[in-house]
Amino acid sequence: MAGSDGPGETGKTGTGKAFPHSAENLELDRRLRQLDRKLAEQRKEQQTRERPARSSNASGYAAAVRLSSEFVAGIIVGAGIGWIIDRFAGTSPWGLIVFLLLGFCAGVLNILRSSGMMPERKLSGKPDDAKKDGQ
Amino acid sequence: MAADKVDPIHQFHIHTLVPIHIGGYDFSFTNYALFMVIVVVIAGGGLYWACVSRSVVPGRAQSVAEILYEFSASMLRDSAGAEGMRFFPFILTLFMFTLVANLIGMFPYFPTVTSQIVVTVALALLVFFMVLIAGLMRHGLHFFKLFVPSGIPIVVLPLVVAIEIISFLTRPVSHSVRLFANMLAGHITIKVFAGFVFSLGTLGALGVAGAILPMIMVIGLTALEILIAALQAYVFAMLACIYINDAIHPGH
Repeated sequence: MAGSDGPGETGKTGTGKAFPHSAENLELDRRLRQLDRKLAEQRKEQQTRERPARSSNASGYAAAVRLSSEFVAGIIVGAGIGWIIDRFAGTSPWGLIVFLLLGFCAGVLNILRSSGMMPERKLSGKPDDAKKDGQ
Repeated sequence: MAADKVDPIHQFHIHTLVPIHIGGYDFSFTNYALFMVIVVVIAGGGLYWACVSRSVVPGRAQSVAEILYEFSASMLRDSAGAEGMRFFPFILTLFMFTLVANLIGMFPYFPTVTSQIVVTVALALLVFFMVLIAGLMRHGLHFFKLFVPSGIPIVVLPLVVAIEIISFLTRPVSHSVRLFANMLAGHITIKVFAGFVFSLGTLGALGVAGAILPMIMVIGLTALEILIAALQAYVFAMLACIYINDAIHPGH
């Protein structure tokens, strides 16, 4: 879009020499509007870029606590579920082993999600949601 | 006495102030319970007091209250949209409670309520169950499709669903541990460095000279801790907003 505006603008400056004041004003207006548009676009981009990482921009320390808590939480919850299943189904130690490994996977998934390397989970099934997924 | 002062964990001891026992359970009113009440009074009463004049041109206190209000409102609107605004009273309460609790903990001899995992777990579970109930009320059983990503081969689907469910269940754990760990670690670090000052100070003139270094560290850490106190309250409320967003528009 900016590329197509460029040549048109230079053409106008050539023809507008007969009325220097109004042409200059128009030209300035146009450039101002173009700048506004570009700024708005950039701001939008910046916002979308910042949104997923908003909680992470504080410092490395905050990121470390965040990621490690996500990972450890996965393992703890997995082990807890496995232990409960073992306790009630008497399948010791298989429930613990299987769910500890699944919890490990969930921890890695949490880290990937919170570091923005994977899309957030989305509800599938609704047609309009599926469209959103495609975009 | 001396060992008492250097012990960095001592600040987290819970003392019973008013012993209450009901049916064999200990419901005693402790120092932490007292500070929770104080936090609630300061957060609620402070906001009320600041806004009681209701002037069009806000004074200092009213501007602070308005900034806090608008900050949490925009935080919720940005992450959960206009529909999420019905959770705004909850988010403002959560944010104010954690913020005031974290900041009150920065005063010497004041316990930090959010450095007790019981408190943060209770808050995180409240958010978790609210998200679950709000999601179920809005989407019905369709909400559980959250755990079934589209386009996954049927062979690995059970595995992926199990991992997704565990990942969902980890939310209250990581949500609570993050606030708790930040507060606990920060306060222990300050206390350890302050303990260095204390131990070096007893070693005579050379020790007092050497104690300047940890003293500078303590000052820096205290400033950092105040930043972290505000930041973690923000992060806690922000995560609650993100989870609420998942509940009300899971496709977004």
